[in-house]
Amino acid sequence: MVQLTLPKNSRITIGKTWPKPEGAKNVRKFQIYRWNPDDGKNPQVDTYYVDLDTCGPMVLDALIKIKNEIDPTLTFRRSCREGICGSCAMNIDGINTLACIYGMDEIKGDVKIYPLPHMPVVKDLIPDLTHFYAQHASIMPWLETKTNTPAKEWRQSVEDREKLDGLYECVMCACCSTSCPSYWWNGDRYLGPAALLHAYRWIIDSRDEATGERLDDLEDPFKLYRCHTIMNCAKTCPKGLNPAKAIGSIKKMMVERHV
Amino acid sequence: MADVNRGNRPLSPHLQVYRPQLTSITSILTRITGNALLLAALLIVWWLLAASYGPDYFATADAVLTSWFGDLVLALSVLGLWYHTLAGVRHLVWDSGHGFEVKTAERMGLACIGGSVVLTLITLIAV
Repeated sequence: MVQLTLPKNSRITIGKTWPKPEGAKNVRKFQIYRWNPDDGKNPQVDTYYVDLDTCGPMVLDALIKIKNEIDPTLTFRRSCREGICGSCAMNIDGINTLACIYGMDEIKGDVKIYPLPHMPVVKDLIPDLTHFYAQHASIMPWLETKTNTPAKEWRQSVEDREKLDGLYECVMCACCSTSCPSYWWNGDRYLGPAALLHAYRWIIDSRDEATGERLDDLEDPFKLYRCHTIMNCAKTCPKGLNPAKAIGSIKKMMVERHV
Repeated sequence: MADVNRGNRPLSPHLQVYRPQLTSITSILTRITGNALLLAALLIVWWLLAASYGPDYFATADAVLTSWFGDLVLALSVLGLWYHTLAGVRHLVWDSGHGFEVKTAERMGLACIGGSVVLTLITLIAV
């Protein structure tokens, strides 16, 4: 359901301003969303100052520097620091992206960091992705076959393999789904761009033998058709993929199998 | 995910922090113009009903619709109608499986905005 404002317990208040690093000449201001499940307070935005002369170029470098040198309670997910694990997905400067591959030089003015939008917050920049993962599992993200398993492997032509390009690269960081207003309002029933991109990845896999069942499952006013081609997903994907196009392709297949 | 039970967890900000995109603005404008046109259509129906009711009532309705405010509302309705039409064409292009690249989608969005303004001016001059 559309709810334009935040619930009472989610309204953001002004938080603490942490001291500037002494003697630093090249300082950048960071405004970061904080919420602690243990203190009973509303979320707040804390202000930090980072000395860029002693910091790496990416937003994640600054977050790690803040955690190491200024405020060890700042909480966020990170792992690979090279855009392949999808852990450090967050809302930076008004768009969703991976902190590890987003350069601070791409941002004008203060660096504003929030958790992925319209998600329950576990702590600080960590959203609860349980429902997101459950939706991914619901599209059966594996090869479904009916014929007997071949002696060696399931063969695929080079041309058929190429159809998976632009789909298999998804790292499930949830940037796209949480950028989508349709997912914000109907995320309980609409599968969202990430799950649908994965659904399409299996639908067009030449080796998969459950294409009909997969399409049957998506033929639903909410699961698929809440996509209104707003395209925030394709615009924000840190891997440069295009979920909107994949969803459009599924919709087209739905029509084609009826005529 | 507002409907999922999440205990006392806060909901992270969404509209409050997400930067508007050309594609998202042109998308919501389609819906806004569509709804506004319903109201404009009601206004026209009221005008026609007044005409069938009698000359006195028609004079009142006609005075409202041809006042400066009525002109403004109808001129904006023409803009809304052209925008909604062009946005509809854009959806037809998408339904045919084309125009999903971000650059193409943004160009089509700009074309909807620019095209509706130009077509509105032409319409108003021609009428």
